[in-house]
Amino acid sequence: MRLRLTDEETAFREEMRTFFTTEVPQDIRDDIAAGRHIGKDAYVQTMRILNAAGLAVPNWPVEWGGCDWTPLQRHIWHEEMQLACVPPPLAFNANMVGPVIANFGSQELKERFLPATANLDIWWAQGFSEPNAGSDLASLTTRATRDGDDWIVNGQKTWTTLGQHADWIFCLVRTDPTAERKQAGISFLLFPLDSPGVTLRPIELIDGGHEVNEVFFDDVRVPGDLLVGEVNQGWSYAKFLLGNERVGVAPVGATKRSLAQLKRHAEQLDRLDDPLVAARFVEIENELLALELTALRVVAHSADGKPHPASSVLKLKGTELQQAVSELAVDLAGPLSLATGSSSVPEWTALATPTYLNLRKASIYGGSNEIQRQIIAGTILGL
Amino acid sequence: MDFTLDEEQEALRDAVRGLLKGYDPSVDAERRRQVTAEDPGYDESLWARLAEMGLLGLPFAEADGGMGAGPIEVAIVCEEIGRVLAPEPYVASVVLAGGLVAELGTDDQRSELLGKLAAGEALLAYADGAIAEPVVQGARADTVVWNVDGEVFVGPRPDGVTGYRTHDGGRAARLELDRAAVTPLGTGGDASEAVALVTARARIAACHEALGAMDAALQMTTSYLTTRKQFGVTLNRFQALTFRAADLYTALELTRSMVTWATLVAAESGDPDEIRTASARAALQTARAGRLIGQEAIQLHGGIGMTAEYAVGHYTSRLTAITHWLCDPREQLGVLSAALADHTVLDPLA
Repeated sequence: MRLRLTDEETAFREEMRTFFTTEVPQDIRDDIAAGRHIGKDAYVQTMRILNAAGLAVPNWPVEWGGCDWTPLQRHIWHEEMQLACVPPPLAFNANMVGPVIANFGSQELKERFLPATANLDIWWAQGFSEPNAGSDLASLTTRATRDGDDWIVNGQKTWTTLGQHADWIFCLVRTDPTAERKQAGISFLLFPLDSPGVTLRPIELIDGGHEVNEVFFDDVRVPGDLLVGEVNQGWSYAKFLLGNERVGVAPVGATKRSLAQLKRHAEQLDRLDDPLVAARFVEIENELLALELTALRVVAHSADGKPHPASSVLKLKGTELQQAVSELAVDLAGPLSLATGSSSVPEWTALATPTYLNLRKASIYGGSNEIQRQIIAGTILGL
Repeated sequence: MDFTLDEEQEALRDAVRGLLKGYDPSVDAERRRQVTAEDPGYDESLWARLAEMGLLGLPFAEADGGMGAGPIEVAIVCEEIGRVLAPEPYVASVVLAGGLVAELGTDDQRSELLGKLAAGEALLAYADGAIAEPVVQGARADTVVWNVDGEVFVGPRPDGVTGYRTHDGGRAARLELDRAAVTPLGTGGDASEAVALVTARARIAACHEALGAMDAALQMTTSYLTTRKQFGVTLNRFQALTFRAADLYTALELTRSMVTWATLVAAESGDPDEIRTASARAALQTARAGRLIGQEAIQLHGGIGMTAEYAVGHYTSRLTAITHWLCDPREQLGVLSAALADHTVLDPLA
């Protein structure tokens, strides 16, 4: 057993910290620190800065821009980025479609897409969920039928996050409706969102923001060479992708930072001496520490890039604590939390309730917390 | 950061587990109840075997008759004790009372008291205050270490003490200090810093005992869910139950991380304040998880969990005892609240 980082690990952490706090523009980091939504340009600018330094896609194979890092180094990279208020590399590119193409795509697809994906020259959207296929993703009905070498796509996707910024979509489509198992007849298809027959419609969320979309496909023609891997093998690629999604889904660093900021606000209001307030900070801070230590344990035991089953614990608890911090912010703001349209109240109080409402999503996306409990009960506890 | 045991530590764990297996409810459902029914509430012959194995002197210097081991080894022993609810007063006598002697005692006191403790010849108790209650094993102890407002004394157990059984099957008593019968431990004077440090180490050890108990209680519960049938199916077919078990696992694993971390802080940090804070964090987490797991383990068992004949309720009782003896959450909240403004974020890797 050993507590401290090695000298090399400490140096690596220092290097990451220096890079993130000096190379990423202050105005972008200020926006993140204040809890504001950032625009497309800020994502693109940041990811290009990271990519130029070889830090955008460390989880990819080295020949495509990845880093030959230990799991702990990757963890440190991710945590330091969050603590420095750096917007993380776009997940759809860096954690989802990139690794799928790198692992299962043809050489031609890799050369065509990976460099542009790492540099955010292409902004990808995720085409997985459908109105009737949420947690039960394999029930999806968007279909692709053969027309010569091409595929013709019809159907609908939903919850397409930041689809309004996207250039391309990676889509799970049903290519064999006759397959006995519903998981068996699914393929993984790529196409541009400006293809004829694609319609994107915004979904307004309860915080008033526009973050997700519906996407409709009406006879969208997709060239055959844009199918990743083998026909009807898409489900295994999707499972690989979702496994990656769960790694790092516990935003420990970002939640720590939010809590620290809230603590400063409470101090400024002279509320931190109130035992009722202090106790809530202590409880959340303590659980966050326990979560971070658990993340470090999981990192240390992740074999050959596969997520440890306990990563479900991280998703479950991580999102609960993320939500708990947002609840505490609303409670601290008190009546001012109603003044969401005001420019005279402190910004954090005006943002508290929209953030709280927005973060209700965290226990739903990335495999809902009920799905995570199912995984823990079934895979770990044998129930 | 590395949370895994090395080979020697694994061997220690296996040896302790083997020695204590008589208490394992799956091995002998009656043993613990029999032992705790009679005074002194623990098995003195087993205590002697713990001494033979060197466990009663584990954390003490070899020169004092100990094994010179550290907090990690102590943690391993305590976790195994908790796993089977062994009623032997290891944390109270060895880690806490013995720990104070080791920290403060003169050469002679250490050699005499720790030598006898390690050999299983004398039981030590710790009394917090001139009138102290509940003192764990206060009526059985041969020697009492007193903490009176930060001054620490040592002396024989007062005469005429009558003990009682505590809800968890243990023994405790009320002790009153007779100043004429005790001598200062070490040089005398204010030793409150040392008391706080040793208490912190004992608190972390107690967390490990609770961790072992929680782990066993959850295992007992999941095993029950896969065997007990109602409505013609095993209980694990009911999602309302399995989801709750998943939450217990989450609480257990978070606690395991925190408690193990606190042990590493105790083993590696030279800063007593750091160790005290880490012990408060571990204790708060343990108290929260202990209550959840203790309650839910009974609930998921149903009526059988309420019976004294079945082990799971005893786990709940013991968890309640541990988490209010050295790990009282209200006290930890106070300590941690006072330190809230000392840091922006917590950094376990610093």
